[in-house]
Amino acid sequence: MSTETLPASNGRSWLEKWLPVILLAVVGGSLPLWGDEFFGTIATRICVYWVLCAGLNLVVGYAGQIAIGWVSLLTVGAYAASALVAGKVTPEFHPYVALLLAGVVGALFGLVVGLPALRLRTFYFAMTTLGFSTIVTQIALAWKSVTGGGIGIPGPLLPEPFDTPWGLYFFCLAVAIFCTWMTCNIAASRYGRSLIAVRDAEVAAEAVGIYKPRLLVNVFLFSGALAGIAGGLFASLQSYITPEAFSFDLSVLFFIAILIGGRGSILGPLIGTAVLTILPEFAAPLVQWSTFVYAVLLLAIVLLVPGGIAELLDFKNRKPIDQHREIRPRPELLPKIMGTDTPKSLLDLKGIVLAFGGVRAVDGVDLDIRGGEVHGLIGPNGSGKTTTLNAISGYYAPQEGTVTVDGADITGLGPHRRADFHIARTFQTPRIIGEESVIENVMVGGNAFGHGSFVEAMLALPRHRSDEAKLRDDAMTALCLVGLERLADVRADRLQHSELRFVEIARAVMMRPRFLLLDEPAAGLSVDEIKRLAGLISAIRAQGTGVLLVEHHADLIFEICDRVTVLNLGKVLASGEPEEVRTHREVVNAYLGA
Amino acid sequence: MIESILSHGVALGAVYALIGITYNVMYASSRVFSFTAGTVGMLGGVLGSVFISTLGMPVIVGFLLTVLAGALLGLIIEFVAARPVLKSLDQHLYVLSTLAVSLILLQLTAIYFSTDAVPFPQVVPIGPGIFDQKFWLPILACVVTVGGLEYLSRNTLIGRAFLAIAEDNYAARALGLPEQGLRMVSFALAGVIGVVTGFAAGQMMFASLANGPLLNFYGFVPVALGGMGSNRGAVIGGLLLGLFQQMANYFFGGVFASVAVFVVFIVVLLARPEGLAGSATARRV
Repeated sequence: MSTETLPASNGRSWLEKWLPVILLAVVGGSLPLWGDEFFGTIATRICVYWVLCAGLNLVVGYAGQIAIGWVSLLTVGAYAASALVAGKVTPEFHPYVALLLAGVVGALFGLVVGLPALRLRTFYFAMTTLGFSTIVTQIALAWKSVTGGGIGIPGPLLPEPFDTPWGLYFFCLAVAIFCTWMTCNIAASRYGRSLIAVRDAEVAAEAVGIYKPRLLVNVFLFSGALAGIAGGLFASLQSYITPEAFSFDLSVLFFIAILIGGRGSILGPLIGTAVLTILPEFAAPLVQWSTFVYAVLLLAIVLLVPGGIAELLDFKNRKPIDQHREIRPRPELLPKIMGTDTPKSLLDLKGIVLAFGGVRAVDGVDLDIRGGEVHGLIGPNGSGKTTTLNAISGYYAPQEGTVTVDGADITGLGPHRRADFHIARTFQTPRIIGEESVIENVMVGGNAFGHGSFVEAMLALPRHRSDEAKLRDDAMTALCLVGLERLADVRADRLQHSELRFVEIARAVMMRPRFLLLDEPAAGLSVDEIKRLAGLISAIRAQGTGVLLVEHHADLIFEICDRVTVLNLGKVLASGEPEEVRTHREVVNAYLGA
Repeated sequence: MIESILSHGVALGAVYALIGITYNVMYASSRVFSFTAGTVGMLGGVLGSVFISTLGMPVIVGFLLTVLAGALLGLIIEFVAARPVLKSLDQHLYVLSTLAVSLILLQLTAIYFSTDAVPFPQVVPIGPGIFDQKFWLPILACVVTVGGLEYLSRNTLIGRAFLAIAEDNYAARALGLPEQGLRMVSFALAGVIGVVTGFAAGQMMFASLANGPLLNFYGFVPVALGGMGSNRGAVIGGLLLGLFQQMANYFFGGVFASVAVFVVFIVVLLARPEGLAGSATARRV
C-alpha cells in the first residue's frame, strides 16, 4: 500500500446544502412573474412563518426539544416592534431599529422559555412552553397601556419602498433567505452536529466534550431572535394586531410544519411550512378543519413516516450498500491524525468507592493507566469494570477516592470536561447518531478542537470554515484508519454492529486521546476482526496513548496487554503482568477457569 | 367572601386533582404522559351537556352514556396514541401522538359542538348556595375516585396487577401479567375518570372547549409538582393549587394568578425536576 492521497469526502454536496436557500430565492424571487397579489400575501405569510420556523427548527428538529408554545415568542416580538414604533413606553423608534430590537427581546424571551429544557424531561418542557404561551396572551390582554388590550394596536409600517404589499413581500423574502442561510450554516457546522448528538446520543456527546447547556443557550437565543423578528414582520403584515391573532393554532402550525418536514433537515421543514400555510388558503372549507388536518398529519407522520418529508426525499440513502464489505484498518495512518508527539501521561485512580444504594459496585479500586501501555481490566459480570470506566469518564462521581491525570485532580469534573484531558472512550453498546452519516459521527469526536464561535459558524466566517475543512479531513483520515472510508457518507444506522464499533474508535481517535477507554470493543466481532482490532489498539499504544481495555475475550487481553487488573465484586483481585495474572490461583477460580 | 373562595377553591382543586389522577392512571400502566387527560375532561362536560340538554335524556342515562363514551375514548387513545409508540419510549414519540389525538378531539369539539361555553344542566335538583352542587359534585367525584382506586389496589387482584405493572413493567410481564390488557383497562379507566371530572364540574366550569387546554395544564401542575404517579400528590397539589388560584384571583386578579402559578410551577420543577415527592432519575450509562 503506497502513501497515496486519501479519498476525500465530498460530504453533503454543495447543492444539497444550499438547496433551501436556492429554492427560496428562485421560487420566491420569481413569484411576481407568475403570481398575483393574493398569492403575494400568502407568500409573505409563508416567509414570515418560515423566519420563525427556521429558528424553531434548530430547537425542535436538531436539538429534539418539544417546544410547542413558540407562538408566544411571535407575540412578544410583534408587540415589542409595534409598541416601540408607536412609542408606547419609549421614544418612537424607526421601524428597522424596532425590528432589530424585537429580535433582541425575542432572544431574551427565547432564553426564558427554553432554559427549563436544561433540567426538564420532554413532556414537562412541552407543558412549560404551553403554559408560557397562555400567560403571554393573558398579559397582552391585560397590559392595555402598551398592547391596547383586546382592541389591539397597529403594527409598524415599513418605510418606502417596503410600504406596498409587494414591497413588504420582498423585504420578508430577503429576511427569510438570510435566516435560511444562517440556519444552513449552523446546521452544517460543529454546532449543528453537536445538537443532533445531544438529541440522539447524549452520553456520547458529553464524552467528546459537548456541553449541552452552553449549546442550548446559543440555540435558544438564536431561535428566539428569529421568532422576535418574525413577530415584528407579522405585525407589519397584519397591519393591526390583537391577542386573538396569536392563536394556539398558529403554534401548532409551526411545530407540526417542522415535524412533517423531518428532524435534522432544513428543506423538509421549509416545504412543511409552505404547505401548511397554503393548505387552508386554497380550500375555503378547509379553514375550519385546518388544525384538524394538521393534527391528523402529525399523527400520520409520527406513526408512519417518523423521518417526515426529509426521509421521503433522501434518495441517497436508499441506494443499497455493498453487502460483502470488510473492515481493513490501516494503523499506519495514525500519526496523520494524532501527530507524533502525544505526551505520555499518567491517569491514576486511588481508592475509588462507588455505591448504588447498598451495593458497593466499586469498592476501593486502585488502578493506573500509563501512556504507551495497554492495561486490561477483566473480571466476571457485575465486578465493577464498566462502573470503573464510568468513574474515569465522569458519569458517576465516586463517593470516595480520587482520579488524577498527571497529578491534576479531576475526580469531580463533569463528563464533558474530561475531553480537555484527552480522555476518550467507546461504549459497550455503540452510541452512534443513527440519522447522521458515518463521517459526521466521526467529526463529532473532534468537536473540542474547533475554534470558531457560534456566531462565526452562523455567518460562515473564515475561522469556522477552516475548522470545518480540518475536521472533515481528519475524520476522513480516521475512517481510512479504521477501514471504513467507503461508508463515509452512509447513514450510520445502516451499518453493521461490528462496523459501529470501529466508527466509535475513529470518533475516539479524533480526540487525540492520551487515554483511550475501550468498553468491550471485541464483543460481536469476528475472529478476523478481533485480530485487526488488536493491531489497531497496538498502533494506538505505540503513539504513546494509554489504553484501558475492558474485555471478556481472554485471548485478546493476554495477547496485547502490558498489564492486567482483575476485578471481583468491586475489588481488585489481582494486578500485574499478564503471565502472573493468568496463573494467579484466585483469578483462575473466580473468573478464568482452569 | 371567604366561604366563596374556599368552596370555589376546593371544588376547583378537586377537578385539578382528578385530572392529575387521569394523567397518573395512564402513566402508571404505560409510562406515557398523555395530552389527552384534560381534553377528555373537557369532553365530559360537553358530552353531558349534549346528552342531557340537547338530546333531552334523563340525567342518569346521560351520565351513563358519558361514562361509556369516556371508556371508549380511553381505549381509542390507547390504541392510536400509546400502543404504537411504546416500543420506542425513549424517543418520546408519545408526546407527539397524544398531542395529535388531543388536537383532533379539540377540533372536532370546536366544529360539531361549539367554541363558546354552554351552560351545563342541573344534575341533582338542589338549590344554589354554599351547598350548591357545583361545589360538592366535583369534591364528591374526587373522594369517590380516590377511594375507589385505593380499594381497587388494596383489595382486588386486578388492582394489585396494576401496582405490579406500575412498579416494574418488565418483571410484571415476566410473571405472565397481561400487560397489554391491563394497559387497555387503565386507559379506559382514565377515560372514565376524565369524563366524570368534566361531568361533575359542568355546573362550575360549563361545557366549554376552552376547558381542554386549561385542564391539561392545571391538571398537570399538581402531578408534576407532587411527583408523577402519586395520587396523594395529585390530590394535595390539586387542592392547594385550586385554593391558591382562587385567592390570588380574588385579591390580585386573574393575570396575576396565572403568572404566579406558572412561576411556581417552573421554579419548583427547576429545583426538583422529579417533583417534590418523586425519586431521583435512573442511571444513564
